[in-house]
Amino acid sequence: MPDKFPAWSVEQRILSRVGAGGDFLQSLLKQLERFAWPERDRFGIRLAVEEALSNAIRHGNALDDDKEVGIRCRVTQDKFWIEITDQGAGFDVTELPDPTAPENLTKPSGRGVLLIQNFMTQAYYSEKGNCLVMEKQRSSADGH
Amino acid sequence: MATQRHVEVSEVGDVTVVRFLDRKILDEANIQELGQELFDLVEQDRRMKIVLNFSVVEFLSSAALGKLITLDRKQKAQNGLLKLSNIRPEIYEVFAITKLNKLFSILDDEADALAAF
Repeated sequence: MPDKFPAWSVEQRILSRVGAGGDFLQSLLKQLERFAWPERDRFGIRLAVEEALSNAIRHGNALDDDKEVGIRCRVTQDKFWIEITDQGAGFDVTELPDPTAPENLTKPSGRGVLLIQNFMTQAYYSEKGNCLVMEKQRSSADGH
Repeated sequence: MATQRHVEVSEVGDVTVVRFLDRKILDEANIQELGQELFDLVEQDRRMKIVLNFSVVEFLSSAALGKLITLDRKQKAQNGLLKLSNIRPEIYEVFAITKLNKLFSILDDEADALAAF
């Protein structure tokens, strides 16, 4: 079935300041509503993007005013795709401690990547670890 | 009933019921303020039995989870009890994925939470 609306694509750079991705997120949420994405999908996408931008700004660019976060995003009726790139040194995602391990359960941070991986259909980091690509396929009517 | 900036606090018997006022617990500055309001209930007011009612909360980030974990730690340190209620399914999924549903005592609604002390 052809999309009712043309795909929404955006490419922008944001400052490395807390909350700098707010305008982008509002635009994205509007588009997801326009394409009538299910509420649960919109919740998951919002959560994943919030967590990813926060990680890029805080951990990647370390809130450095001289660094920016690049965003490329595309939304259609069936697929959400985003690439978030920071200008930090990167990291090895396989080295992250498991936040669900008993010894880490009471730590107040370190859950963002786990949530991203669970709410997205796919999420992968570049080899350097400063670029994250996330994809989500629209859920079917029964929520799967 | 006392209203702070991000929560409304009331008493039911010896239990303190805390209702969130924000639909989205998201913004960094708000999360800091919210955390302080919750910590004050434990550290200043010494409330020993607390229910956090999430009925209006539609969205929260992992930074908000961090504040809840710290609150739970502070409450346990003073041998107090903390229960969570009225969590909508999407948010419960966040607790389940992170296995925080094992750390927190989560009840369906406020009445169940009050009865669970």
